[in-house]
Amino acid sequence: MTVFYGYERPDGSVGVRNHLLVLTPMDCSIEPARKIAVQVEGAVAVTQHHGCGFDWMVANTLIGTGRNPNVAGVLLVGLGCESLTCEVLAEGIQPTGKPVETLVIQEEGGSVRTTEKGVKILRKMAEEISELKREPFPLSKLMLAVECGGSDATSGLAANPAVGVAADMLVDEGGTVVFGETQEMTGTQHVLARRAVDAGVAEAIHAMIGRQELRMRAAGIDSRFMSKGNVEGGLTTIEEKSLGAIRKGGTRPIQGVLGTGREGFDYPSRPGLWLQDGTGWDVPSVTGMVAAGAQVVAFTTGRGSTTGHAIAPVLKVTGNPGTYSRMVDNMDVNAGAILDGSETLHSVGEGIFRDVVEVASGRMTKAEVLGYHDFIVYKTSGLAERLLEVCPPEALRGGRGRSSEAALEPGF
Amino acid sequence: MAKAIQIDERDNVATVTSDVGVGDVVEVLSPEGEVLMRPQMTGAVSFGHKIALKGLVKGDQVVKYGEVIGVASSPIGVGVWVHTHNVESATVPTSVYVEGGA
Repeated sequence: MTVFYGYERPDGSVGVRNHLLVLTPMDCSIEPARKIAVQVEGAVAVTQHHGCGFDWMVANTLIGTGRNPNVAGVLLVGLGCESLTCEVLAEGIQPTGKPVETLVIQEEGGSVRTTEKGVKILRKMAEEISELKREPFPLSKLMLAVECGGSDATSGLAANPAVGVAADMLVDEGGTVVFGETQEMTGTQHVLARRAVDAGVAEAIHAMIGRQELRMRAAGIDSRFMSKGNVEGGLTTIEEKSLGAIRKGGTRPIQGVLGTGREGFDYPSRPGLWLQDGTGWDVPSVTGMVAAGAQVVAFTTGRGSTTGHAIAPVLKVTGNPGTYSRMVDNMDVNAGAILDGSETLHSVGEGIFRDVVEVASGRMTKAEVLGYHDFIVYKTSGLAERLLEVCPPEALRGGRGRSSEAALEPGF
Repeated sequence: MAKAIQIDERDNVATVTSDVGVGDVVEVLSPEGEVLMRPQMTGAVSFGHKIALKGLVKGDQVVKYGEVIGVASSPIGVGVWVHTHNVESATVPTSVYVEGGA
C-alpha cells in the first residue's frame, strides 16, 4: 500500500503543506493582510475581487480555502463595514478545529495596529505548527485536482492521457480525484453519464453540462465549436476534441458532481473520481478545486503555463518536449517522452503518480520553489444565472449577437 | 523510426507523433509500449493526425480514448490516414463548424 507523509489536522484530514492563511473577506483589507503575511514564515494572504456584497458562491470558496487541510491556521482580516463578514468565514472554517483568529481594522484602530497585532498572532501560530511532524497516511486521505491550460496538440495525445493513468492509479488505491472545467466537458455528456455510479449522478452530469451549454448559447458561443486549427491539427470530430480534455481525469466511475454555485458548495463525500461544476479559466478553476479539498494539483500544459496556487502544490506536466526544454524552470514532468517512444503512456503515468505522492510528502514543485501564490475566486453573474432560469432554452440560439438579445427578452 | 501512439487499448486508431511521408514505416505502440504493428504509409500524414489500426468499412465506429469519436464514411485500410474525409461525427457534422465559420 502506498503512503504519503502529511500533517494530521484536528478533524482527521491531512495537510501536505503547513500554510498559515491570512484571509480577507474582500480586497479593501488585502494590503494590511499582505503586510502581516510577509513578516511571518509560511504565511500567505489571499482575497477576492467581487466586492463586499454578500454572495454564497464567493463566501463558500473562501471558506473552503480556509478549511483545506494544507492550511494549519487562519487569520481573518476584515475592514469592518463589508456585508461578507469575517464572522461568516470563521463560522465556516471553525468546524475543522484549526486555529481561526479575527482582526477587524475599523475596530482595531487602523491598519498599523491591525498589522502589529496580526503579526503577533501569526508568529504564535507559526511557532506552534512548527512542532507538527509529517506522518504516514494512506492515499484515502489524499485528493488530487487535475487541470489543463495552455493546451496544444500534445495535450490530448500525451499529457492528459498520462495524468489520466496517474488519476486511475490514485483512485484504485483509495484516493480522490476531481476535475472541473464544465465548458470542456460539452459534447461528452453521454460518456461521462455512462460512467456515473448511479442514475441520479448521470442526471446531475447531464444537468450540469446542459446548463453550461445554455450559458454559452446565451453568450452567442457554439459550445460544439471546432476551429480550423483544431481540424488541421488532426482533431476529426467534437467528440475527439472533448475526450482529449476529459481524459486527464482518468477512466474510473464518477461518484458525483460537486456544486460551486449559490445553491451550495460540495465537498466529496467518499473517495473516487468527482466532477466539479466550475469555470474553464485555469487559476479560478484550480482555486475552486482546492477549496473543495484538493491538497495537490496536476496541471497539464502544451504551450507552457507557469501558475501555482496559494496553498496547494501545482505539478506542471507538458506533453510537448520543446516546451519542456524551453521552460524547464516551470515544467515538472516531460510527458513528451511518450512521443518518440522512449517512454510509454503507462510509464509516464506511473511516474506522475509517484511524483504526486512525493509532492504530497513534501517535495516542492517548480511553481512552489518560485513562490507563485496564484489565487482567484470565480463568481458567475447572479443576474445572468437568474435570466437563464426564467428563459426557455429554445429562445437561446447559437451565433453571434442575436442570441444574447434573445436571452434577455422572455424574462422581461 | 516514426511512431504512432494508441492511447487506449480499445482504440482502432493511433496518432502519429511526427510528420510521416509516403513509404515511411510507422511503429505503432500500445499504452504499455508494446509494438502493435509497423505499417508502411501509402500517403503523407501530419503530426497529431490518426491512422487506422484495423480495416474499417463504411458505418464502422472509430474508437479513440476508448470511446466512439465518429463513424467511418468510406472504407479505410490498415495504416491509412483517418480524418474528416473518411469519418463523420456521430453527433454534429464537423464540416458545419469549419465551412460555416460558426
